[in-house]
Amino acid sequence: MLRFALRRIAVAIAVAFTVSLACFLLLHLSGDLATAIAGPEATAAQIDTVRRQYGLDRPLAVQFGDWLWHAVQLDFGRSYYFQDRVIDLIASRLPVTMILGGLALAFALVVAVPLGVVAAIRRDSWIDRLALLIAVLGQAMPSFWFGLTLIIVFSVQLRWLPASGADSWQGFILPVVALGYYATPAIMRLTRTGMLDVLGSDYIRTARAKGLRTGTIMFKHALRNAIIPVIALAAVQLGFMLGGSLVIEAVFSLHGLGYLAWEAIARNDYPVMQAIVLILAMIYILLTLGADLLNALIDPRIRVR
Amino acid sequence: MTDTLSLATHLPPRSLLAGALRRVLGHHGLMLGGIILLFVALVAIFAPLLAPHDPYAQNLSRRLIPPIWHAKGTWEHVLGTDKLGRDYLSRLIYGSRLSLMIGLSATLISGLIGTTLGVLAGYFGGRTDAVINYLITTRLAMPVVLVALAVASLVGGSLQVVILVLGLLLWDRFAVVTRSATMQVCHGDYIAAAQAIGCSTSRILLSELLPNILNALIVVATLEMAHAILLEATLSFLGLGVPPPAPSWGLMIAEGKQYMFFSPWVITIPGVTLLVLVLAINLVGDGIRDASAPENRN
Repeated sequence: MLRFALRRIAVAIAVAFTVSLACFLLLHLSGDLATAIAGPEATAAQIDTVRRQYGLDRPLAVQFGDWLWHAVQLDFGRSYYFQDRVIDLIASRLPVTMILGGLALAFALVVAVPLGVVAAIRRDSWIDRLALLIAVLGQAMPSFWFGLTLIIVFSVQLRWLPASGADSWQGFILPVVALGYYATPAIMRLTRTGMLDVLGSDYIRTARAKGLRTGTIMFKHALRNAIIPVIALAAVQLGFMLGGSLVIEAVFSLHGLGYLAWEAIARNDYPVMQAIVLILAMIYILLTLGADLLNALIDPRIRVR
Repeated sequence: MTDTLSLATHLPPRSLLAGALRRVLGHHGLMLGGIILLFVALVAIFAPLLAPHDPYAQNLSRRLIPPIWHAKGTWEHVLGTDKLGRDYLSRLIYGSRLSLMIGLSATLISGLIGTTLGVLAGYFGGRTDAVINYLITTRLAMPVVLVALAVASLVGGSLQVVILVLGLLLWDRFAVVTRSATMQVCHGDYIAAAQAIGCSTSRILLSELLPNILNALIVVATLEMAHAILLEATLSFLGLGVPPPAPSWGLMIAEGKQYMFFSPWVITIPGVTLLVLVLAINLVGDGIRDASAPENRN
């Protein structure tokens, strides 16, 4: 187990390094940063000043090495636009995104797991079809449009919930639903498939033959085994949701990390962009690492591979 | 030899095809999705003939006319007009061209990258597999929307940039699926036979292996096409995709956003259209998967 864990952690660190290199290169090769920062009306001399001031005239390898050296000490420099330290900006915005992502995952699990279980038990019934419909719609719906539609229905017409802002807990309800719905189809499908597999197995037949109550069989025997792959999927989905929360934060004007990223992109605030990409990638890597280790702990067969 | 013979007599090609056809026709989702997709494709191809108005023609005296089912709707603008008085139906019709073109081209690029990586990883295994697996893990850790937005903003949003960025970002699922499909297939006797008679590696990969993983490839292609169309709409909605005045459906939703409180249809119409197209593509993908592998229909 220890060897498995150490190997996975080493790979995770290497991946984090590669992701930051990839994003660094992507940003530097997709245009001249100095020109972008100086703005469309800048003269050649002004662009040159910006280039030297921000150290963009140095070789790429030196720039990257310098950035990485500071980044591992959690020093991402200062924002070009906000003039604050990037790490402070991120620290002030991260909680909103974490709350949003965490609640969205909870919402997705609460909706998807019971639905997947019932769909598997009552296979081919109307509830199975309803679950399939929800999954198919969820995959096809653009999340920003779903968010706007929720605003029209629940804020404008019914006047139940606020359309934007994170001042009260009510402000989180619509964004959580809009973001969480995105993860529902995958979790539901996996729960359903897992349950169907498990329900056809010998030990469930034995449990039935012993005369155990159906409820006990479903929850103590079947669900416990079917849920194992769902844990890993939930971690991955949480990572995707944190990365995709930018869209939802923009729709609902929630000032989280995604909103900060959007502002930074609109203003060519390059240190903020780079730091957020790295932090989101790190969170994703940690989540999948955690899921892998948890899975290996539960299921010893995984460790051998 | 007897094995192949008995297999051939057991599963004659014609009954295989007939069986597949029966499964296709028996599968309502695939039919429905196929019909919708064909319809959208025809609309896109014949857009100039079908659109009642010029999608770019502004008429400030006819702004925000509601659609026909509304009391104030007129037959001249069946789906109403936007904030600049442009005919909504015509913009919707021309928008289908953008969505389909971006979906197809981005999927072509990502499919080429992903399939190449996946087939190489699955066929050679070992160190090649480890390196490509590492690339896939790295790609999955990158937040797609954020990276696509950042690049689009630095290069400047345009149709070509959106296609290229999405194509370069969405190859992960292609690689994952073709890798495992190749691993399953490449131990087959016909691969060993091709190796034994001295076929070159590229020939084995292209004409022996690729046709046998085509089914899996088509399923991923439909899913990724849907994904690319949704992402294009998202980028355009956030103002960094296809630039105005292009009739991108995502852009139409962005432009209608400030009017949605009093005229909700300005975002409902393009949103539902987008939903139906993506739904149709997903239905086709799911249907092909079920028809080609009925044993794992769960």
